[in-house]
Amino acid sequence: MKDAYWPLILVLLLAVGFGVVAVLMSTLLGPKKPDPIKLSPYECGVDPVGDARMPFFVHYYVVALLFLIFDIEVVFTYPWAVYFKKLGLFGLLEMVVFIAVFLAIFIYVWGRGALEWE
Amino acid sequence: MNVTVPMPNLSLVVPEILMVILACGLLLVDLFIPKDRKRVVGYIALAGVVVVGVVTAAFWGKMAQPATTFSGTFVLDRFALFFKEVFLFTTGITILISLKYLEIEKVSLGEYYALMLFCTLGMMIMVSGADLIVIYLGIETMALSVYVLAGFMKFDHKCTEAALKYFLLGVFISGILLYGITLIYAATGSTQLAQVAAVIKEKGLAKNPLLVLAMFMLAAGLGLEIAMAPFHFWAPDVYEGAPTPITAFISVAPKAAAFAALVRIFYHGIQLLEPQWQILLWIICAVTMTIGNVTALMQQNVKRMLAYSSVAHAGYILLGVLAANQVGVQGIAFYFFAYAFMNMGAFGLVIYLRRENIVGDDIDDFKGLAQTHPLLAVIMVVFLLSLAGIPPTAGFVGKFLLFAAAIKAGFYWLVALAALNSVVALFYYFRIAKAMYMQSPEPLPQLSPGRGLVLALVVVGVFTLFFGIYPQPLMSLAKDTAHTFMMFLS
Repeated sequence: MKDAYWPLILVLLLAVGFGVVAVLMSTLLGPKKPDPIKLSPYECGVDPVGDARMPFFVHYYVVALLFLIFDIEVVFTYPWAVYFKKLGLFGLLEMVVFIAVFLAIFIYVWGRGALEWE
Repeated sequence: MNVTVPMPNLSLVVPEILMVILACGLLLVDLFIPKDRKRVVGYIALAGVVVVGVVTAAFWGKMAQPATTFSGTFVLDRFALFFKEVFLFTTGITILISLKYLEIEKVSLGEYYALMLFCTLGMMIMVSGADLIVIYLGIETMALSVYVLAGFMKFDHKCTEAALKYFLLGVFISGILLYGITLIYAATGSTQLAQVAAVIKEKGLAKNPLLVLAMFMLAAGLGLEIAMAPFHFWAPDVYEGAPTPITAFISVAPKAAAFAALVRIFYHGIQLLEPQWQILLWIICAVTMTIGNVTALMQQNVKRMLAYSSVAHAGYILLGVLAANQVGVQGIAFYFFAYAFMNMGAFGLVIYLRRENIVGDDIDDFKGLAQTHPLLAVIMVVFLLSLAGIPPTAGFVGKFLLFAAAIKAGFYWLVALAALNSVVALFYYFRIAKAMYMQSPEPLPQLSPGRGLVLALVVVGVFTLFFGIYPQPLMSLAKDTAHTFMMFLS
């Protein structure tokens, strides 16, 4: 029973080791040319310190939302694919309906021009 | 590992499936309709709502016994069918009164109608939910659509303010509702109403503090949509700011849906906590009626006045919930149809008065209407009589049923208070009548209503009078509704 935990500990050690080694190596060996953008916590995001009430391009929100929706679609198809044979025709039809709804969303979003970046 | 695929009985959700197809299809069709012809989208939506209404009505005969599907989480009974018809009727009338209004406000977009259909879909799921999670899902589908609709005139400051207030309060209360659901799950180990009821009975949990707290939270969560005190503060601001057709819609349909869910949860789910929630509901009912009516007295804006009046009406309908007998459920069901007629009518009149630069929601806009448009004034008086609960109108019959139910259950003081409140209500309803009949008109531009609005006003006006004089058909439908609903209880 105890043996069952060994792989887990091994993975843990490997993960921690990889992280420590990677950070150490890049600190020791990497060239250092810092600039304000590089030093900010999120290079392409909002500054986490300071006033939260700053205007930002509302299109980010639409893109994030679309990304989330289609991401979830993919997440759902994975377990479905694993059980594809056992689910049979019912499973196939369910997925067809599911994807059809997403297709409708996609056509709508495309037609409305939400995918165009000005 | 074995996979068992639960095959749900899809025939029970045909109305909902049709609604999804209709709403999604409408979004796609809208892409191909030019900007100046968005009215067509409204017509398609209206035709679809009529079809779904007919399909839903076709279930009535078959549903003498409730049927469940999706592993008992979705129930179709006459109670659900009756309320679905209320929603579909309200949606249809709202589409009719919106057609021209949206063009005047220059926000004629196809999404408006699609959102309205999604909202209706959410409400249809809500009344059929036999599981707290399904009910919550329905509430969210409904609420998210309504938030957007309430702020549909996005360049109007009042309108966006209204939508933001509604949204912030709505999501906050929705969290409380969800917390209540988790507490029920913690206490009983289930979210399915029938199982919750069974566990409470079996283990004698009626006095369990967790459940009492959960009950408060559920009442608060649904109380927001109902606009019952003390969760009514959003109503006047939102009703005033939102586009008038949406105000009419919010004042009827989501309220009906939340009441239906409340009744189902409190009768079929945690019914054994009755002594506790009777005290709670007694106080809420009394406060809601009184606050609504007394505050309405002071309003100069008709939309705000009708908002407070709708708070007061929520109080009257709570009488039926409190009574917890068959007449009570019958009264609630009947009242909502009557309320749909008269309230949609009253708001329809406000839309009728919408002119260039005049919103038509000030009492002064009604001045001298009897001289310039006598027929319109008469129709408005019919709606006002019905709202005040005076025969021969549908509002009177509904109020009569609710009061009778409460008397039967022994709430004499509360009924006396409700009767007193009705007298107060008469005063502010007839301020509008006074403006129409006893004051002279101001020179204003000509009214130019859309045909849809005229048709809607005729329909609700005729229904208000017809079901006031001859309430038998609607009354017996409501009776069947109540009968099958209470049968499920025992």
